[in-house]
Amino acid sequence: MSASLSVRGLEASYGAFKVLHGLDFEIAEGSVTTLLGANGAGKTTTLRALCGMIRRSGTIEFDGRSIARMKTEDIVRLGIAHVPEGRGTFTSLTVEENLQLGAMTRRGGDNIAQDIDRIYSFFPRLKERAAQQAGTLSGGEQQMLAIGRALMLRPRLMLLDEPSFGLAPLIVRELFAILADIRANMGVSMLLVEQNATMALELADQAYLIETGSIALSGSAAEIRDDDSVRNSYLGY
Amino acid sequence: METFVQQVLAGIATGGIYACMALAVVMIYQAIHHLNFAQGEMAMFSTFIAWQLLQWGIPYWLAFGLTVMISLAGGFLLERTVFKPIENAPVLSHIVVFIALFAIFNSLAGFIWDFTIKPFPSPFGSAALFGEGLIGAHQAGMIVITLVVLLLLFAFFRYTRIGLAMRAAAANPESARLVGIRVGTMTGLGWGMAAAIGSVAGILIAPMVFLEPNMMLSILLYGFAGAVLGGLTSPGGAVFGGFTVGVVENLAGTYIPVVGAELKLPIALFLIVAVLVFRPTGLFGHRVIQRV
Repeated sequence: MSASLSVRGLEASYGAFKVLHGLDFEIAEGSVTTLLGANGAGKTTTLRALCGMIRRSGTIEFDGRSIARMKTEDIVRLGIAHVPEGRGTFTSLTVEENLQLGAMTRRGGDNIAQDIDRIYSFFPRLKERAAQQAGTLSGGEQQMLAIGRALMLRPRLMLLDEPSFGLAPLIVRELFAILADIRANMGVSMLLVEQNATMALELADQAYLIETGSIALSGSAAEIRDDDSVRNSYLGY
Repeated sequence: METFVQQVLAGIATGGIYACMALAVVMIYQAIHHLNFAQGEMAMFSTFIAWQLLQWGIPYWLAFGLTVMISLAGGFLLERTVFKPIENAPVLSHIVVFIALFAIFNSLAGFIWDFTIKPFPSPFGSAALFGEGLIGAHQAGMIVITLVVLLLLFAFFRYTRIGLAMRAAAANPESARLVGIRVGTMTGLGWGMAAAIGSVAGILIAPMVFLEPNMMLSILLYGFAGAVLGGLTSPGGAVFGGFTVGVVENLAGTYIPVVGAELKLPIALFLIVAVLVFRPTGLFGHRVIQRV
């Protein structure tokens, strides 16, 4: 299977402080890959480095094309949608406007209305709140909106940064069920950063464990789940 | 009563100009979070361009349209060449550049077209409308044009994709990049549109204050007052603030004996100070809360 994203020797720093020390990983076309790790291990930084939100070095290839020197807005145009930590919704704009913005780089207006309807079928609650300002939504709804907005791009790869963050367990279950649905129906590859390792490993095919800016362990999700040290440190049983 | 209505209408007419300047200021403030002190001089320079086009015998409305387009392009280029390189610089750098632009446009206009006061034609004439002299034809025209401009802008931002992209870029630049919006281009476009709105304001007010390099100084102050009153974070508020300042200024000049025509300008300054003391966000603005 051809890799849709291939990363070699990815390094990134905040000022003089180096956060990523040469990461190598791959995301296969149509698969879900998860990056696990403790707070401060560099998971969010990895996602930000991938889409050019911070200075980075190393090789990043998306479908064989180097994106390591591209600007964020150009990377987005290749079909990589980032759902940032803290969701990054446009709080002063309405739910529907947020969704329209997701399709900003696409041409042709008629399919956009259809896609918005499709997002509403995944997330019926967003439809009820279509005309509301995004800032008035609950945390779970904002996360749904952020994912919906990312889907409006018709992405080929989605980068999800802690979608479970700050949400009630029931909402997290619901959200992951929808992610599994999206994956099955739309064939989107996903790179999922999570602290909720149990949920992430249920959804993922491949998993990487990051410790202080390097890959400590990698393998199929099942292997990682059965690894004793991972079980002790991240799964808690 | 008749004087009162007359003064209110005159206030609405000049208020429309203040509303345009306030809106121009707010548009740039939304994009780069600084007040553009050179906004008035940019508008004055545009008005001189219009005057020059008219001198060359170009018909009024064609010259009007051309000036708006030239200002749009000029504002865009100005942002791309002067402000993009310093986008992450501290506040003081921006202020210095604003002051420099102020001085450059002011002197350049004086250098090219000299400092003598020039009359500027009105397409509406100066005849009184409705016989009684309730409102002049030019003032009525000003009100109509400013309302059309504001309506067009509202429709642009509300109903077009590029308008939505501009709002998104101003509201949250990082997220805007993540949906593929070229934020820098949007900022430049915001400058272009602010310059274009300013040019309309300049052309409309010029027949009343006459054309000279310092014509926009007090107008911009009223514009600032309107923007602060309505709230620097609210375009609609700025427009409302501009109209309000126009009406208040006229009524105070007429009915408060000590104020008169000479002391109208301090009212704008008084208004700015009062709003900043009692309601810093303005009437319609919202407090920007930043997570650290």
